[in-house]
Amino acid sequence: MEALLHQVLAGLATGGIYASLALALVMIYQATHLVNFAQGELAMFATYFAWTLINAGVPYWPAFFATVAFAFVLGVVIERVVIRPVENAPVLAVVVVFIALLVILNSVTGWIYSYTIKTFPSPFPTGGVFGTKLLSPHELGAIGVTLVVLVLLYLFFRFTPLGLAMRAAAQNPDSARLVGIRVGWMLALGWGLAAAIGAVAGMMVAPIVFLDPNMMGGILLYAFAAALVGGVDNPWGAVLGGFMVGVLENVLGAFVIGNELKLAVALALIIGVLVVKPSGFFGKVFVTRV
Amino acid sequence: MAALLEVSNLHAAYGLTRVLHGISFVMQEGSITTLLGANGAGKTTTLRALCQMVKTEGEIRFCGARIDRRATEDIVRLRIAHVPDGRGTFVNLTTEENLRLGAYARKDKDRAGVDADLERIYDYFPRLKERRAQQAGTLSGGEQQMLAVSRALMLRPKLMLLDEPSFGLAPLIVKELFGILRTVNAKEKVSMLVVEQNAAMALELADHAYLIETGRVVLSGSADAIRRDDNVRRSYLGY
Amino acid sequence: MSRRQIILLAVLLLAACALPLLVSDYRVFQFNLVLVYAIALMGLNVLTGYNGQISLGHGAFYAIGAYCAAILMDKAGLPYWATLPVAAFVCLVAGFLFGLPALRLEGLYLALATFALGVSLPSLLKYHHLEKWTGGVQGIVIAKPDPPFGLPINADQWLYYFTLLVTVIMFVIAWNLLRGRVGRALVAIRDNHVATEAMGVNNAIYKSLAFGVSAMYTGVAGALGAIAVQYVAPDSFGIFLSLTFLIGIVIGGLASIPGAIYGALFIQFVPNVADEISKAAPWAIFGIFLLGFVYLMPMGIAGAVRMALARLQRRAQNRQRST
Repeated sequence: MEALLHQVLAGLATGGIYASLALALVMIYQATHLVNFAQGELAMFATYFAWTLINAGVPYWPAFFATVAFAFVLGVVIERVVIRPVENAPVLAVVVVFIALLVILNSVTGWIYSYTIKTFPSPFPTGGVFGTKLLSPHELGAIGVTLVVLVLLYLFFRFTPLGLAMRAAAQNPDSARLVGIRVGWMLALGWGLAAAIGAVAGMMVAPIVFLDPNMMGGILLYAFAAALVGGVDNPWGAVLGGFMVGVLENVLGAFVIGNELKLAVALALIIGVLVVKPSGFFGKVFVTRV
Repeated sequence: MAALLEVSNLHAAYGLTRVLHGISFVMQEGSITTLLGANGAGKTTTLRALCQMVKTEGEIRFCGARIDRRATEDIVRLRIAHVPDGRGTFVNLTTEENLRLGAYARKDKDRAGVDADLERIYDYFPRLKERRAQQAGTLSGGEQQMLAVSRALMLRPKLMLLDEPSFGLAPLIVKELFGILRTVNAKEKVSMLVVEQNAAMALELADHAYLIETGRVVLSGSADAIRRDDNVRRSYLGY
Repeated sequence: MSRRQIILLAVLLLAACALPLLVSDYRVFQFNLVLVYAIALMGLNVLTGYNGQISLGHGAFYAIGAYCAAILMDKAGLPYWATLPVAAFVCLVAGFLFGLPALRLEGLYLALATFALGVSLPSLLKYHHLEKWTGGVQGIVIAKPDPPFGLPINADQWLYYFTLLVTVIMFVIAWNLLRGRVGRALVAIRDNHVATEAMGVNNAIYKSLAFGVSAMYTGVAGALGAIAVQYVAPDSFGIFLSLTFLIGIVIGGLASIPGAIYGALFIQFVPNVADEISKAAPWAIFGIFLLGFVYLMPMGIAGAVRMALARLQRRAQNRQRST
């Protein structure tokens, strides 16, 4: 019983990370109807940036926030420079551009930092008052950070004029232009935010899986599964989906199918949802006019 | 004194299809002008051309300065508000969120000012106040039209472009809406360019009228004169 | 096909035959892989270039073909050439089966599903319950086949000629398929699947068949590749293999038969050169080339060649006219 509870709670911890990444994916999807295949590599690249700062002696939390800012700027720049030219291009061209981004980020990181695995520190003290028998302090901390990020995002989108403008631009770009919203910059902002969220997710997961250029591959898959399960146009669904996928992965992996096939769970979820209920459990069904 | 809006020899095309073939007209400040014409005449395209939502050739001057070749978002900042056909409601946002977005392009964005404007709008349209927290997509057609007009008013525009505001609305509601438009025009000094298929109601609302056929202005004059024109009577007023 | 094109092809074929006799064994091995990749890229091109279904997981079919060959040679003692028809058949069926649910997935979603397949493939191959067959993490080692009938060439050269033969056969089949009704249907479905459905074309059959045929080609390539490399292991079939194929067809030229060859040359030799700089360099170069091609040369090398030839032809015609 305690083992099950431990797996569920650990699943919530990793689920929080999936939820963050899934949220980033959904944000970009809502605004552009594009799936950001490079989301994982962006997060990984930002995490390496954090590692560089920390290794140079910068204390953890300043490095953390500097990384978030760095990721934000990187996201904005990528949207304006790389994505904008292919905004209205055929699907294959867009997919190819994303793959190119993925590949470049991955290889540049490997080039600069080599492929040897590195450790990444956790800001949450081991032992002591924090942590319980069921959850390590870092896992608890990761859940906490995830929740803080989600709450901040919610407040931003719900209560600030800029957040409102971004929502409007994503839902109805033509009408948004008619009230004077610069839709192009809203897209860039969306990318910046998504990259920043990804950076946070990367920094939370790196202490657990260790830092290496290929660390986000599997995680991205879980995030895709989470986004699809929750409905790819529904931010709440993405968050809920993330926690669900995290718990499911851990429980199934520990008790049913063994750790090797955990990725297969993500694959099955993705294909299953796409084939059976493409709008996800919480999404809207879209009918395209022919 | 320069006219509020001067359009000279305006051409517009969707891709390779030319829709406007040299439209010219003038609007004075404070007036309500209507563009009449049948379906496909180019009325909606004219409004979209004014906001540069379609490629144009020719000159458009607003308060003496050229606005063709500027981006839509910049034109809005000059205080030209466009109520598009189909209303362009943000259906997943609440009524009040829609209204607040109307004020987005204003330079004077102090919260108190916007709140005060919001209250004034609710005075004109009490039904919107009732539905302020409701999702805008669930409003009735008439209410969404009022919402679209209100959103434009939140900009404190100098010029309002309205594209078929009577479309799909019951005559009583149109009367109510047009009455409010006339009030707003008089009290708030908002000039209006109204595109309409419903010629009868449009001519009652407006001071001046232009008749557009296949992308050209074919008739112009005061609303009274146009209403009494025989051809217009027969073709567009039905008697 | 014009007479000039036939002559050109004959010359190329002669050159390809002469090649192994002129270069070192290692180069022969490399060109062998070029042929293998050309078949794989032809397969992916049928699906993605001609039919518009984006697959980011084609490495899976390559792996299936490779493991078919390895398992049959290692466990069942089948001769290497007999594994090809089996690999072809297995992948045809696997591709068709995968194509059925894929029918409901458009563009981006299909890319996503195949991407998931590509990422999770190594872990599926490492599954310990299948270890008896797949050799688990260690994989399977197979022996290089000897030239038959005691021919006076070495094993590498023989394998090259064998692969060349298979390549020519498969390209001829593809060429026939694509220039006829099937090819036109595939392209029409890619460009406007609603119109084709309305015209009475059975989209579902064509699309599933495209998946099956595409998988078959890539599977045969996988088998040939396994025989050439003499080794299969899960970690060589990760997502980057699938992405390599995608890069190959984009840079080589979508919806183009010569494109498969240009692309194969590119993905085989660029890493060799780039490896000298750093282990990571090949992929960075791939990525930059990808971006460059998408923005500047979306028709790929094949398209550029076509444009250059057309320009030369026009210049020749102008000169003729002015004399």
